Amino acid sequence: MDMNKSGRLVPYPSGAFIPERDLGNMPVLEARHLGIDFGGLTAVDDFSLTIGRTEIAGLIGPNGAGKTTVFNLLTNVYQPTRGNILVNGYSTAGKSTHQVSKMGIARTFQNIRLYSNLSVLDNVKVGLHNTLKESFFAAVTHGFGYGKAERVADSVALELLDFFSLADLAETAAGSLPYGAQRRLEIVRALATSPSILLLDEPAAGMNPSETAELMENIRRIRDNFHIAVLLIEHDMNLVMGICEGICVLNYGKIITKGTPDEIRSNPTVIEAYLGRKGASETC
Amino acid sequence: MIYLVRTLISGLSLGSIYALMALGYTMVYGVAKMLNFAHGDIIMVGAYSIIVAVSQAHLPPLAAVLISVAVCACLGVTVEFLAYRPLRQAPPLNVLITAIGVSYFLQNAALLVFGSEQKAFPAIVSFPSLSVGGVEIDGITLATLAVTAVIMASLTLFISKTRIGKAMRAVSEDKGAAELMGISVNRTITLTFAVGSALAAVASIFFGAAYVYVRPTTGAMPGIKAFTAAVFGGIGSIPGAMLGGIMLGIIEQFSKTYISTLWSDAIVFGVLVLILVVRPTGLLGRKLNEKV
Amino acid sequence: MKANLKNRLCSKNAVTLYFITALYLAVSILVYGGWASRHLSSMLISISCYIAMAVSLNLVVGMLGELSLGHAGFMSVGLFAGCLFSIYTVGTLPLIVRLPGAMLLGGSAAALAGLVVGLPALRLKGDYLAIVTLGCGEIIKNVITNLNITGGALGLNTSTIYSGTKTLLPYAIALVFITVLVMMNLKKSKHGRAIMAIRDNRIAAESNGVDVTYYKLVVFVLSAFFAGAAGAIYGHSFANVKAATFDYNMSIEVLVIVVLGGMGSINGAVIAAIALKALPELLRDISDYRMLVYSVLLILIMLLNSSPRFADMKGRWSIGAMYKMLRYGRKAAVETEVSHGHE
Repeated sequence: MDMNKSGRLVPYPSGAFIPERDLGNMPVLEARHLGIDFGGLTAVDDFSLTIGRTEIAGLIGPNGAGKTTVFNLLTNVYQPTRGNILVNGYSTAGKSTHQVSKMGIARTFQNIRLYSNLSVLDNVKVGLHNTLKESFFAAVTHGFGYGKAERVADSVALELLDFFSLADLAETAAGSLPYGAQRRLEIVRALATSPSILLLDEPAAGMNPSETAELMENIRRIRDNFHIAVLLIEHDMNLVMGICEGICVLNYGKIITKGTPDEIRSNPTVIEAYLGRKGASETC
Repeated sequence: MIYLVRTLISGLSLGSIYALMALGYTMVYGVAKMLNFAHGDIIMVGAYSIIVAVSQAHLPPLAAVLISVAVCACLGVTVEFLAYRPLRQAPPLNVLITAIGVSYFLQNAALLVFGSEQKAFPAIVSFPSLSVGGVEIDGITLATLAVTAVIMASLTLFISKTRIGKAMRAVSEDKGAAELMGISVNRTITLTFAVGSALAAVASIFFGAAYVYVRPTTGAMPGIKAFTAAVFGGIGSIPGAMLGGIMLGIIEQFSKTYISTLWSDAIVFGVLVLILVVRPTGLLGRKLNEKV
Repeated sequence: MKANLKNRLCSKNAVTLYFITALYLAVSILVYGGWASRHLSSMLISISCYIAMAVSLNLVVGMLGELSLGHAGFMSVGLFAGCLFSIYTVGTLPLIVRLPGAMLLGGSAAALAGLVVGLPALRLKGDYLAIVTLGCGEIIKNVITNLNITGGALGLNTSTIYSGTKTLLPYAIALVFITVLVMMNLKKSKHGRAIMAIRDNRIAAESNGVDVTYYKLVVFVLSAFFAGAAGAIYGHSFANVKAATFDYNMSIEVLVIVVLGGMGSINGAVIAAIALKALPELLRDISDYRMLVYSVLLILIMLLNSSPRFADMKGRWSIGAMYKMLRYGRKAAVETEVSHGHE
């Protein structure tokens, strides 16, 4: 099933726009009027977003617009001061980050956050933390289900690594991987948590065009194989326009506009946000 | 009632010494972002310097003080250069362990050089005592408070008005950015350690005056309590160090008087734990947000 | 299945256990055969306890990555709880029940203390956490010294339960074995990975579903338990014990052992404990310089750890690398490059 073909955005009851194919299913993520203040500064205000079950969505905006802050809000790294979030229909209010992770949101970080002293395989196995049935007693005695759980962990982790051509590096220390491999490992680890939606924070940062093309392909493969949604923050417009079905534009913590790549591309307010008023007038 | 006031005064006198010690601690932490566990031991070295200068070299008190300040400043700078600078990029755990190593080294070196019997601190501080409404505040307390207040004021001015002070604030915020602005981070941190250690020497004068007997291990516990005071007031904050020090002294004295001398240590540390749990940034400290 | 068993018997962890078994076998022969000097005998229990202390502290410092400066306090709690139990049951329970009972009770009491210390520590990390543990260690010392039941400042008279090395050795061996086994097993499990993930990147760990709060508590409780059990045995080897002995200095001593052995390395902690406790006895003359040497060692190790050239060298010459070379041959040892100090 080629998911991109039916990527037409259609209205969803909440007023949002989701891909037509996802219309029958509950949206995987619904953020409603999220807001957060840091002291006197309102970093994000009235952020509402709905993401379809298998949608690839993009969150763009100039630097400092608050995109990573939105990610931190969605994962309860910051507790929102206003608004709420529904993951698969369940509210994340009051939950801690690790609980939100169990609910089905996985994320990667702008500055790669790998477990540098653990091997590549172990990094992925940490992602499998909540899916493995290994009690503390079993861990300490290496019995009572330990062997089975570890075998499952090994096979699932290797399979995931293989998906991204990282299986050969399984025993390498994560800290010694080349940059591109580190980024891929972080994505693999996030996938290991069996999420319903994957949040990618600038996955293409530091990549050349061919690596970016490979990344685009990988993101599509993730969506097609794992049937999950992807929300990415990116500055690389080729990537965003190339794979995102719905794009949300942020500036100064507020949503400027949402729409399809074509709509966003020609929207004067968006251009103004990136290039400034003078630049906008010159483009138009 | 008079008993209460007397306890308060004693607490004030204890606290003023903690405040003076805490100032040095907080300065170094504020700029170099590291806990110089050896601070208490630098105070001990300062005390011994004065003892040697006065009792053995028979120098006048002022010269002894200057020598002590010089020795401590040099010691602080050397320690920074040898033990802390190479670890600037290292995880904080490693730096803390190194600091503990330095502290131990100083204690044991002093043990070898001076032996473990206590030595008497020469009486070089003479200040008239004050009588307020029937309660006497002794001279040393007054002197300590006065000096601490003066130092606190001068430090605050120094940090806010001078170029070097500005450099220290810049390094404290962001070492990398400061370096890019042309500030020599190495020199700034060196200077911070020099000033902080000089403050330790000053603290040792009043510590010695109050407690008279000095041993190689005398610096350790006050060092920890000074750190407690600095954290109490908000680490990195100069007025916080003074506030924290005085409050800690008062709490310790009150628990010694009204509860029991035996439990005072437990109470002081109990206060520390409580503060760190309830308000980790201390009374006057700022909350630092971690970048995710 | 057969391959699995073979893997287990030849694994690195197994080698550590063989090594310890061999050592204790040799030592037991000396002790029970009557060839051990009084000197050696008296050291054995102490060294065993320090091994358990170091391996348990390694869980906090090496695996979780937090500095705990109050470990001696946990040993102290376990010591007094265990010895008091022992004193009160010395007539009624046979040794084989009384000693393990004392160890279990001591361990549990210490575990409780670990929970109490761990709770405030939950919101803290780094320097502040270290200071809180230091403070808690001092509080424990203060409290125990002031209680009448523990003998007050004069200490607890343990002459009724005092046992010689021949009696205590089997229990000490059991303690070391169980502590090492538990820690090694934990390291290769889902929970061990979670703990090390917290050390390497707490924020990422949280986003991967690791409950940091829970694991911090677990680490404190578990490490305290073994320190307490060690304390219980330790107390039985003296006629009088004072809380003041178990102070900040002892915590530092154990920390030095963990650091010297390489943080995170259980093997290292074992070897370093033996080295650091056995050598000073053998080199009595320089005992004056001992603490000085420790402190210099500590600083040097920290400095060396942060220099990348040394890290590389350490990786190639570590026990793990040597083991790999022996088992898989030189080429394989060079190719598989897992980070230093974590075997």
